[in-house]
Amino acid sequence: MLSGDPALYSVVFRSLLFSGLATILAMLWGTPIAMLLTMKNFRGRSIVKGFFTTLIGMPTVALGLILWLIFSKAGPAGFLGILYTPAAVIIGEAILVTPLIVSIAVTAIESVDPEMMHLAKTLGASESQASIAVLKEAANGVIFSNVAGFNRAIAELGVAWLVGGNIVGLTDVLTTDISMYTNRGDPSSISYAIAFAVILLVIVFSINIIIILARNPKVLATFGRSPQ
Amino acid sequence: MTVLVEVKNLAKSFGTKTVLSDVSLKIEEGEILALLGPNGSGKTTLLKTLAFLEKPDGGEIEFLGVTVTEKNAERLRLQSAMVFQRTLLFNTSVYNNVAYGLKIRKVPKNVAIEEVAKALQLVRLEGFEKRSAKKLSGGEQQRVALARALVLKTKLLLLDEPTANLDPKNAGIMEEVIAAVNRDLKTTVVMATHNMFQAEKLPTHIALINDGKITEVGEPAEIFGKLSKNLATFAALDNTFGGNTTDTGSGTTLVEIGNGVYIEITAQKRGEIRIFISPQDIILSKAAVESSARNVFRGKIVAVVDSGALVSLTVDVGKPFKVQITKRSFVEMGLNLGAEVFIAFKASSVQVI
Repeated sequence: MLSGDPALYSVVFRSLLFSGLATILAMLWGTPIAMLLTMKNFRGRSIVKGFFTTLIGMPTVALGLILWLIFSKAGPAGFLGILYTPAAVIIGEAILVTPLIVSIAVTAIESVDPEMMHLAKTLGASESQASIAVLKEAANGVIFSNVAGFNRAIAELGVAWLVGGNIVGLTDVLTTDISMYTNRGDPSSISYAIAFAVILLVIVFSINIIIILARNPKVLATFGRSPQ
Repeated sequence: MTVLVEVKNLAKSFGTKTVLSDVSLKIEEGEILALLGPNGSGKTTLLKTLAFLEKPDGGEIEFLGVTVTEKNAERLRLQSAMVFQRTLLFNTSVYNNVAYGLKIRKVPKNVAIEEVAKALQLVRLEGFEKRSAKKLSGGEQQRVALARALVLKTKLLLLDEPTANLDPKNAGIMEEVIAAVNRDLKTTVVMATHNMFQAEKLPTHIALINDGKITEVGEPAEIFGKLSKNLATFAALDNTFGGNTTDTGSGTTLVEIGNGVYIEITAQKRGEIRIFISPQDIILSKAAVESSARNVFRGKIVAVVDSGALVSLTVDVGKPFKVQITKRSFVEMGLNLGAEVFIAFKASSVQVI
């Protein structure tokens, strides 16, 4: 069953695509937010930082419901007509992972020597060029924040279920399919659910292994060493 | 002489702490100006203000005849470069570090490659382009930082204690390069230091700074010659002693520095004088050794400061002497706190300040 079922491939593809696009979207607005929170001094900065940290723990179902209310016909963004479309899933997941991406990126940028900004300026950099120099120093952490964001997006159920509606072949993803097949309860459906769960676990664990390797390349060397 | 930078009545506070008050200073084109003062005297803040990194609370700075404002600071800053006390490197190759300012200035790549190679040669790191900057030794890292500033050939070079954390070899290379750049490219250098020895060797002028105020500006001979009270307060930290002289009758002079310690010097000075012995000129041994050194004292190690390749010891012989030895010597000699040792230095190593 794991091999050759085109429906299965399309679900895996949609899962990767939706979470990937959601992460890119969250990165595009999350990185500037993180830069703003670390490099600009303004009133209430620590409150905003705390706000993002708190939102990391946002239950996906709660966010899914809020977004459903916003995207539904009577809601403020109802005119967009994107409820139960891939766009709603992507935007929803992007909003879901933004606090995580912002918080990790903030920590990464804050760990860069505060004098780096000054250094870049003394070498002729403008304010924005100096900010980019600092961001480059925090590159590892910023990349990690995006991987972590992707991880959360692909593994979440609530948002995809509520604003995507699990329309088979259009908005269904691995997590929503696992939930749907398990609910059906017949042996064939359960085996589908198990297969999807295995694939999801493989994807998530692979990402985690990549993170570990990227943060500590020595681990790879340990694996490669032949036994004495 | 053309004035490159003129500082007028500069004031700067951080919160309630006044860091600079009413600082006025003229920096002439082509000179090396040392800002000599103890830690916390405002040297770094003054340098950062000269680099337009810190906005002064009061007063103004004229750079190349133009008053620095928030609007033109970014453009004027292209004419200066700064090396920080704590080595700051981008986490990338040596080449990318040194080429950073050139890239900002949109210098074509082939020119940049050539200029970086020349700058690295100047700091004696030729061929280091592809090395990872952060994997170099401390001294090499600071030389990369210097090359990164030098490659820009700016009119003004600001150096914040550039050799403070370096061993004598690396510090020597840095000093030679600074002198060479000043001589050959006529780069104006402003250098913060608390090292009197450095201040005496390199600069054209010295500005004494203490408690955020410039107390005196003059040529090294002038400043060290007349021994200002300001200099004496903080210079007293390192192997600087005052005392009365007596003639030995054999061409040298004895200085009594207190607690029964007499130092023999070659200078023919009389009366109350101040002397200085560089920590690097003092030889440390476990037993009294026969040598030509006229000054030999027995004492105890009362403090040990590990600073990388070097260990800085304080030996109490009645008066505390700072001695610098390599870590290897320290380990091989089996030294430790409280150990009884001998220190020796030549009469000619003693400088009258």
